[in-house]
Amino acid sequence: MSGKDYAKMWEELGLNLENHAGLLGVLSKAYTDIYLSQKNRPKAMEYFDFVISEVHGLRIEEIVNAKEAGRKVVGTFCVYVPEEIVLAADGVCIGLCAGAEVGSEEAEKFIPRNTCALIKAFMGFKLSGLCPYVESADLIVGETTCDGKKKAYESFNDITGKVYVMEIPHMKTTEDRKLWLSEVRRFKDKMEALSRKKITVEGLKKSASVVNVKRRALQRLSRLRAADPAPISGLDALLVNQVSFYDDPKRFTEMTNKLCDELDQRVSNGTGVAAKGAPRILVSGSPMAIPNWKLHAIIEGSGAVAVGEESCIGERNHRDLLDENFSTVDEAMEKLASRYLGIDCACFTPNTERLDNIKALTKSLHADGVIHYSLQFCTPYLMEAHKAEKAVTEVPFMRIETDYSMEDFGQLKTRVEAFIEMLR
Amino acid sequence: MRVLGIDIGSRFIKAALLENGELAATRMVDTSFDPLERCKELLEETAADKVVATGYGRHLLEVHSDIKTITEIKAFARGARAMFPSCRTIIDIGGQDTKVISLDDAGSVKKFEMNDRCAAGTGKFVEIMARALGYSLEGFGFVSPEGRRELQINSMCTVFAESEVISLITKGAGREDIALALHRSVASRVLSMARRVSLEEEVVFAGGCARNGLLKNLLETGTGKTINVAKSPEITGALGAALYALGR
Repeated sequence: MSGKDYAKMWEELGLNLENHAGLLGVLSKAYTDIYLSQKNRPKAMEYFDFVISEVHGLRIEEIVNAKEAGRKVVGTFCVYVPEEIVLAADGVCIGLCAGAEVGSEEAEKFIPRNTCALIKAFMGFKLSGLCPYVESADLIVGETTCDGKKKAYESFNDITGKVYVMEIPHMKTTEDRKLWLSEVRRFKDKMEALSRKKITVEGLKKSASVVNVKRRALQRLSRLRAADPAPISGLDALLVNQVSFYDDPKRFTEMTNKLCDELDQRVSNGTGVAAKGAPRILVSGSPMAIPNWKLHAIIEGSGAVAVGEESCIGERNHRDLLDENFSTVDEAMEKLASRYLGIDCACFTPNTERLDNIKALTKSLHADGVIHYSLQFCTPYLMEAHKAEKAVTEVPFMRIETDYSMEDFGQLKTRVEAFIEMLR
Repeated sequence: MRVLGIDIGSRFIKAALLENGELAATRMVDTSFDPLERCKELLEETAADKVVATGYGRHLLEVHSDIKTITEIKAFARGARAMFPSCRTIIDIGGQDTKVISLDDAGSVKKFEMNDRCAAGTGKFVEIMARALGYSLEGFGFVSPEGRRELQINSMCTVFAESEVISLITKGAGREDIALALHRSVASRVLSMARRVSLEEEVVFAGGCARNGLLKNLLETGTGKTINVAKSPEITGALGAALYALGR
């Protein structure tokens, strides 16, 4: 995908070069077909095209260099892991590869066949020697969001020896808050031990600001998508959200704000990626890890625009800012615990905030319909799909359940097209 | 003006030709391994001025010529409404998908349910099970429910259900009893889908499986409602596409 030859670096990281070349080939073709074929793309998307072309190249080189400079690399799978703590220990925080159907057979030696595609993918990526991020990570932080992940991390630790698990409570009572606060503190201690650096209030102030400005940039992008005509495709906005998990946070924020400046212009000129009045769809549900672009490609290939993602790769990641008003490390831990426990993941019970958020987003983004997306075997989101369907009364709603494979592409396309026909 | 609606399904390609707004001819051919060639033959034969395609293979024609497409959901809504003007619910058991469509007063699609990737409860399931029991597809639905022994087919998966059928045969269960149980399992699958969209009258059973009298009876019993079947139920989608081409 990129001009430079990184073979030596990949080999040193322990990747399977043959498999890896195959993966990059497939990714490059998918990106060309799905992304580069889009019309009226904002010019500032060029940066994100570049990031994708260097997803396993330049960015990994940066990470390897950071490691040589003594920084620790922390891989995560979930928006509950407090990035601020990683950064305050001078670490690099990256979301790990989990969005493509890769190495399923290898993964099935450790986990049952009926495991969700995301879990299968992170196991598969590692077992096939395809993820340079996993290989460069010094620590992989798991979390007890769902049973599948919780148990898979046990095997993942047997394989990598690098897994650390945070316990996420599944309710939000006072006792749960205490538990979570102690988990946040324990993670701080872990990061201090790993990096051999003391986490200070100044360090936390700095990292809190870095992460908050990143969230603000993503919020700004989210708000701009409320315009009709939509100034950016759902595919491109999804990509920006996906990239936010592994790019350098400061550079990412700068480039996303640059993109938003261009989108501001587009909105005031009335320029869009689709005609004014094109059906607008809010996608809600399970996370879409990179390079999972399946549903958005179907929606936008059928003449509608995806205007929002009520998802971990989307709103759940950036909706709430951290309250930066703290003056001791302990106060910072409390603010962090409180900010992260506010996330409305379907692993919580009850989780009525999520239903309110779906309704509010439908309204603020002027969505004409909601498509609820669940990964097959992702019980928490599959369960909440029924509740969400009852809660969304103003616009049509459709539930879909799928995975990363292309075998149901035809059926999905029919269902999505028929749904869009209803909205016209 | 001659307009053609063409419904490219997974098992059959159906075509409906309208001349000056009236149904002039219908065709049904095997989809085969080369549906594009079959479509070209139909297009040549009918020499229509305007064509709209629907069904699973609709995009095949869109890519190869300047032909508009609509989904089979919309096509069935139009077609069923033309056959039964007060239709509010459509049940279609197609080759690889089963759908239940709910219409509003004006005939627009209000809600629909459709199976996902798996062939459970679809026409393909019926076909495979008929074959496993040595019935022709046409003869399968003539099994009478009267005096049959109550058997249960638990599995909705085509592969598992087939082994269930084989195990029932080896236990000496009657062929007609098994046939009835299989029809019941399909009907229950369709009914659970129908309950999710609401079942308002009139209910129309469309698509090729509507010719199966036993399924129709079981659906009537299950819904407690009269189920209407057109003279040529398999043509519903093609007719709907043709009417859409006419702008109706």
